[in-house]
Amino acid sequence: MSNLIPFWFIVIAILWTGFFILEGFDFGVGMLHDLVGTDDAGRRAAINTIGPLWDGNEVWLIVAGASMFAAFPGWYATMFSAYYLALVLLLAALIVRGVAFEYRGKRDAVRWRRTWDVLLTVGSLLAPLLIGVALGGLLNGLPINSAQNYTGTFWDLLRPYPVFTGVTLVLVCLLHGATFLCLKTTDDMRERSGQLARRIAPFACAAVVGFAIWTHVTHTSTFFLNPIELLAILAAIAAVWLLYDNRAGSAFAATTVTIASCIVAIFVGLYPNVMVSSTNAANNLTVHNTASPAYSLKAMTVVVIIFLPLVLAYQSWTYYVFRRRVSKSDFEPQRVPAQPPAGVPEKT
Amino acid sequence: MNVDLARWQFGFVTVNHFFFVPITIGLAFLTALLQTAWYRTNNDQYLRLTRFFGTLLVINVAIGVVTGLVQEFQFGMNWGAYSRLVGNVFGAPLAMEGLAAFFLESTFLGLWLFGWDKLPRRVHLLTIWAVSLGTVLSAAFIMSANSWMQHPVGYKMVNGKPQLNDIWALFTNPVFVWGYAKVLLASLTTGAVVMLAVSAWQLRHGRDREVFTRSARLALIVLVPAILFTMLVGDELGVIETRYQPMKIAAAEAQWTTCQPCSFSLFQIGGGNNDHTPTQIISIPHLLSLLATNHWNGKVVGLTPLQNQYVSKYGPGYYVPNVFIQYWSMRVMAYLAVVVLLIGLWGLWLLQRKRLATSRLFLWAAVWGAVLPFLMNTAGWFLTESGRQPWIVQGIMLTKDGVSPTVSTTWIWISLVAFIVVYATLGTVDLLLMLRYSRKPLPPARAEADADAPVPAVQY
Repeated sequence: MSNLIPFWFIVIAILWTGFFILEGFDFGVGMLHDLVGTDDAGRRAAINTIGPLWDGNEVWLIVAGASMFAAFPGWYATMFSAYYLALVLLLAALIVRGVAFEYRGKRDAVRWRRTWDVLLTVGSLLAPLLIGVALGGLLNGLPINSAQNYTGTFWDLLRPYPVFTGVTLVLVCLLHGATFLCLKTTDDMRERSGQLARRIAPFACAAVVGFAIWTHVTHTSTFFLNPIELLAILAAIAAVWLLYDNRAGSAFAATTVTIASCIVAIFVGLYPNVMVSSTNAANNLTVHNTASPAYSLKAMTVVVIIFLPLVLAYQSWTYYVFRRRVSKSDFEPQRVPAQPPAGVPEKT
Repeated sequence: MNVDLARWQFGFVTVNHFFFVPITIGLAFLTALLQTAWYRTNNDQYLRLTRFFGTLLVINVAIGVVTGLVQEFQFGMNWGAYSRLVGNVFGAPLAMEGLAAFFLESTFLGLWLFGWDKLPRRVHLLTIWAVSLGTVLSAAFIMSANSWMQHPVGYKMVNGKPQLNDIWALFTNPVFVWGYAKVLLASLTTGAVVMLAVSAWQLRHGRDREVFTRSARLALIVLVPAILFTMLVGDELGVIETRYQPMKIAAAEAQWTTCQPCSFSLFQIGGGNNDHTPTQIISIPHLLSLLATNHWNGKVVGLTPLQNQYVSKYGPGYYVPNVFIQYWSMRVMAYLAVVVLLIGLWGLWLLQRKRLATSRLFLWAAVWGAVLPFLMNTAGWFLTESGRQPWIVQGIMLTKDGVSPTVSTTWIWISLVAFIVVYATLGTVDLLLMLRYSRKPLPPARAEADADAPVPAVQY
C-alpha cells in the first residue's frame, strides 16, 4: 500500500493546481474589477462574472489544506506553524475578500461600496502573493530542525525565490483574470480587459520564464529544464501571442496551462520532499517521514475517488449554467421599470 | 502562557464561527422548506418569503465560510504537536468534510443564488436542498472529529501514537451520534428562532400580516419539537458523557464527593475549583442522578475520587476542569432552553387562537428571543470543550502538550489581536446588515405584476 503515499502527494498537487486554475482568475478579477469596470455598474458586472463561482473555487484551498492534514500531518503541522504570521495575513485577506463579494452590494452608498472595492482589490492581491511565497518556501528551504519544527523568524520566510514565486503568481493571476474578463464581459468592458491582458502579458510571460528557470536551479543541478517547466514557458508565450492575435478563448486555455504548470513545477521539483530544510538536508520533510499510516490513506482514497469526480462534474455543470457573458447594462441603475414603453427605448 | 493564549484564540474564533454555523444550517433548511412550499402551491407569498429569508441566509453564509477557513488553519498554526500526533485520525474527517460537504454547499449556493432565471424550477429547488444537505453533512464530519477528541475510538496505539484502524467507529461513536443529533437540533432551533424573531418584528410593525404569519407559523412548528428534542438528546448525551468523561458531568454539578442518589442545585453561591463547599440554593432531589445516569438512584462519582483515579492512571497532575465554567454554562444552557421552549409553546397557543399577529407582548418577546439560542449554543460549547480539559484528546494527549513548539508568544499575541479586530468589525457589519435586511419591507416576488414573469436572479 506504499503506493498510496505518492498517490496522495499527487492528489494534493492536483488540489493546489485546481485551486489556482479556478481561484486564479477570481483573484485576477478581484484585482482588476476596478480598472475594467469604470463605474459602479461596470464594477458590479465584473464581480458578477465570478459571482456564482468564487465560493466553490475557494473550497479547493480548504480541501488542499485538509488533505495535507489528513495524509501528511507532519507536513501540515510544520508548514502551518512555520508560516504562522503569513497565514494570519492570508486569512485576513481571504476573509475581507470573501465578505466583500457578499456585502458590497448590500448597501447603496458610495463610501460603503468603495471601501469594499478597495478591500476586494487588496485581498485578491495579497492572497496569491502570500500563497506563492508559502509554496516557493517549501522548495527553497526553511530553517527546520531535526524534530521537524520551524526555527526561523517571520523574515526568514521572505527569501528571494519564494518572493519571486509570489510575484509571478500575482502576475499570472492578473493575466488569467483579465483574459477571463475578456471572455465574460461585453462591449467596452470586453475591450478594456483585452487591452489590460495585452499590457500584462509580456510582464507575466517574463516572470514565468524567470520562475521556470529559477525553480529548476533551486531543485536540481541538471542543465535541461524538465517538461513541466518548459510547458510553463511555452504556454506563457502562447498566451501572449494569442492575446495579441485577439483570440481570447484560446488565450484563456493558454493562461490556464501556464498557471497550472507553474504550480505543478513546484510540486514536481519538491518530490519526494515536501519541505526542504535549509538547516540540514537530513531534516528535510519528505512524503515518507510525514505521511499518515496506510489505513488512513486507504480510507481517504476511497472518499477522494468517489467525490472528486463528482465535484468536477457538478462544478463543470455550474460553469455551463453560467456560461453567458455578463453585460454592464444589466447593472445600470435606471433599469428598475422593467417594462419600458413599447417602441421607445429607455434612456440609461 | 502559550497554551493559554492559544486556547483563548481558539475559543474566540470558534465561538464566533459558531454564531454563524447554526443560523446557516437552520435557515438553509427552513428556506428550502419555504421554496418547496412555493413549488408545490405556486403561492407567491412563499416565493417572497424564500427570497427574503434566503438573503438573510446568504449574509451569514459569507461570514460562516470565511471564519471556517480560520478554523481549519488553526490546528496546524497553533496546535502543531496535536496535528502531528493525531492528524491521521482527526484530519481524515476534515478532508472528507471538504470533499463531500463544502464543495456541495458552496457550489450549489452559487447555483441557487444566481440561478433563479437560468434553471428550471424543479432543478432550482433541488439546488437549495443540496445546500441544506451540504450544511448538514459538514456538521456530521466535524462533529465526528470533535467527538473523537471527547471519546477516542477506532484507533490502536503504535509507539505511543494513535493510528486510525476503523473509520466507521468515528461515525458510530455514541458521543458523535448524540452530539451530532444535538447540534442539528440546536441549529434548527436557532434558525427557527431567528425566523420567528424577524417575522415577529415585521408583524409588530404591521407589515404583510398574512405573509409573515405564515413564516412565523412555520418557525413555531419547527421550533417547538426542535427545542424539545434538543433537551431530550442533550439529556442522553449527558448520560453518555458521564460514562466516558465523568469529570465533565461531575464538574457541571460541582460535585466533589460521590453521591447516590444525587440532587441538582438550581443555583449556588461561591464554588469553583478552590471552594468545595458552595452554598446550594434549592436542591432538587434525584435530578442529577436522572440527568447523569437515567436512574432515579444513579451514582455520580465526585471530582475528588475521580482526580485520585486519574492520578493513579495517568500520573501526577490536576485533571479537574474549571468547575465554575462547567457549573454555570450547564445552567445557562439548560435554563435558556426552557425559556425558548416556553416562547415556542406560547406562540403555538396564540397561533391556535389566531391571535399571534396581534399579541404585542408575544411579538416583543419573540424579537428579543433571537438572542437566546446564541447564548445557549455558546454555553453548550463551553460545557463540552472546557469540560474536556486538561485533555486535548481525552486520555491520549494533554492540551499543554498539543501546542506548536516553536510558535512564539509574540506571534500568538499578534494573531489574537488581529483576529479580534477583524472578527469584531465583521461581526458588527454582519449584525447591522442582518438588522437592516430583517427590517426591510417584503419586496414583491417579481418586477411585473404578471405571475408568469421570470423570477430575477440575485446579483452581487
